[in-house]
Amino acid sequence: MRRVRSFFGGIHPKDAKKSSSSTPIQHLSAPETLVVPLLQHAGLEAKPVVAKGDEVLKGQVIAEAHGAISAPVHSPVSGKVLAIEPRAHQSGHSITAIVIENDGNDAWVERNGHSDPIQLDAKTIIERISEAGVVGMGGAGFPTALKLVPPKGITLDYLIINGCECDPYSTSDARLLIEYPEDIILGAQLMAKASGARKIVIALAETASEAYAALKEKAGSIEIVTMPSKYPGGGEKQVIQCVTGREVPSGGMPHQVGALVQNVATAWTVARALRDGEPSISRVVTVTGGSVAQPQNLMVPMGASLEDLIQATGGFSQRPGKVVMGGAMMGGAQFDLQTPVIKTTTCVLAFSEAESRTPDATPCIKCARCVDVCPAQLLPLKLEAFGMNERFDDAREFGALDCIECGACDFICPAKRPLLQYIRFAKMEIIARDKKPS
Amino acid sequence: MDDLKLIVAPSPHIRDTDTTEKSTFATLIALLPVVAASVYFFGLDALRLVLLSGAAAVATEAIFQRLRKQPIRVGDGSALVTGVLLGLIVPPSLPSWMVILGAVFAIAIGKQVFGGLGQNPFNPALVGRAILTASFATAMTTWRTPFDAITAATPLALGEVSGRIPDLFFGSVAGSLGETSALAILLGGIYLFYRGYLDYRIPVGIFASVIVMSLITGQSVIFHLLAGSLLFGAIFMAVDPVTTPVTKGGRWIFGFGVGLIVMLIRTWGSYPEGVAYAILLMNAVTPLINRWTRPRIYGQGVKTSE
Repeated sequence: MRRVRSFFGGIHPKDAKKSSSSTPIQHLSAPETLVVPLLQHAGLEAKPVVAKGDEVLKGQVIAEAHGAISAPVHSPVSGKVLAIEPRAHQSGHSITAIVIENDGNDAWVERNGHSDPIQLDAKTIIERISEAGVVGMGGAGFPTALKLVPPKGITLDYLIINGCECDPYSTSDARLLIEYPEDIILGAQLMAKASGARKIVIALAETASEAYAALKEKAGSIEIVTMPSKYPGGGEKQVIQCVTGREVPSGGMPHQVGALVQNVATAWTVARALRDGEPSISRVVTVTGGSVAQPQNLMVPMGASLEDLIQATGGFSQRPGKVVMGGAMMGGAQFDLQTPVIKTTTCVLAFSEAESRTPDATPCIKCARCVDVCPAQLLPLKLEAFGMNERFDDAREFGALDCIECGACDFICPAKRPLLQYIRFAKMEIIARDKKPS
Repeated sequence: MDDLKLIVAPSPHIRDTDTTEKSTFATLIALLPVVAASVYFFGLDALRLVLLSGAAAVATEAIFQRLRKQPIRVGDGSALVTGVLLGLIVPPSLPSWMVILGAVFAIAIGKQVFGGLGQNPFNPALVGRAILTASFATAMTTWRTPFDAITAATPLALGEVSGRIPDLFFGSVAGSLGETSALAILLGGIYLFYRGYLDYRIPVGIFASVIVMSLITGQSVIFHLLAGSLLFGAIFMAVDPVTTPVTKGGRWIFGFGVGLIVMLIRTWGSYPEGVAYAILLMNAVTPLINRWTRPRIYGQGVKTSE
């Protein structure tokens, strides 16, 4: 097992993974009603193809991809469409969702699985991935089929399966690797065939010895490497740099350096779609945090609510202060426990009131720890000041658009300043100004 | 769960446990051996100066924060650090009212007029010392020997080398309170480094350029490293984050610059000692150094096959 070189910066938060990593994935039985948002991916909302009152089968397409970047949505259960209306969404916005009443029959739509899908040609593989609504399940949600087609004239040297899971608390990828190594390898092989990538590398966290043990027998020609155990080791650019030694150019794409990165859960979903004919209607979610009675990983149908997940893990052990979807470093705090799980929900964190307190910001003392940890090699303290003073040209000049929003600067700041928030503000303003015709 | 009120805040949702207060209090702890050594060598005068200076600095900070209608944040310990540092870089026989005045100026002119913590371009304690030196030249350059309190020139003013090195190391020479014992200063420095509050680049840069300059000019390396306030300045003054570069390359340049200016002043200047002015001068060019040493942003200037 190759241990790869490190990357610049990064932090070492307490990994807090132990409480959820040791027990096997539990299956959450589908609740009575599911709220399935039309937006579970990067890009445009899918367009509903069912109406209120329609009967739907499990796995049936209920909304079609719409626009250049989009993905279809499938029903996670069989039942009846109760409503199509805006509902609370992981993003914090209100987004149209198809509300389905579960009839409990688990009646599947006809599935077109293939016993040996690697025999399929590249075009068919990509088509089926697209039809199955597979998107990047590490959190970004970019439609996988689109990523698998590099621009003309580009050959991909590497397909990297990202299993670093550098976020504290999250263990869903680790459990998938331990319990479904064949699926992940099959998914990787299918994506390599589809994209023409020459070599497959699975990148694991240094600490993932159990996952490594599960994979190594079956890996064959696939190389397994371990990443330095620091955050954000699972960042796309960081993984590429560590595995290939290549640096993705500023404002550029991974394919420019011959690399394609896909998450472990995405590979698992691809394998299920091609072999079993099951579209992307369920995923593994880590449910943990100081207010969760029994932290664990759950296999959850898309559209199950936060409340369903909390109840399945024994309810709140103490009053929660903050409930986060998608990881402690980059996830979004939710205000409504009816918010449903979507394709990009890696993790649900219920923090106790004590864990949720936001400390007061004090003056910046220019200690430059944010500079030391920034993986984009920016000067976060400068960017914060530019954002605060609305000096957007300076913010651009100092690389605001190169910020990957990992939050390492915020984490390390001894003055507890909201650095990332001001950098996000500057980025938004810069992008908005670029769009506006002058 | 109906009455559940959830906090909504932007990511990240976890934070490191370190705080500004912890770093300032670590500095105060690191100064304890120095204060102890100065009391040992200079008696109660040392305590008098350090306590008065510290108290005056904290009081001035509180008054200014009140006047500026800001939250009173003297609890962060930063004003206390400035006051204690000033107390340790004045002659042991300095009158009380002078050190109080120095501390008031250090906080008022050195820090608060620029906007308080984090905003001052110059090290406040050194601003206080510079003002005292300009105002009370005689009192600020009247040194005395430890224990017997006889007025004497500092080793640097005498320029003598032979037989003084152990004295310089342990501290039984004439000089400012805190600057005399290299041993006590190094103890504090090791503690700060161990706690992660001391970036080695600036002190190492200072020592490196002092060594090189001593060799070039044919002077004693050990003498120049141990004499005067070089060690104290390198470990407690030149590493003040607020007034030094934020880039790693910049910190090296800052260190080299301080060492170079110290040796220029010591060798050719009319002052026997130049650490305070060397640091203040490099403080002045810190914004420039930051500009010159901006790190290459990840992915910029990268060539691809396209």
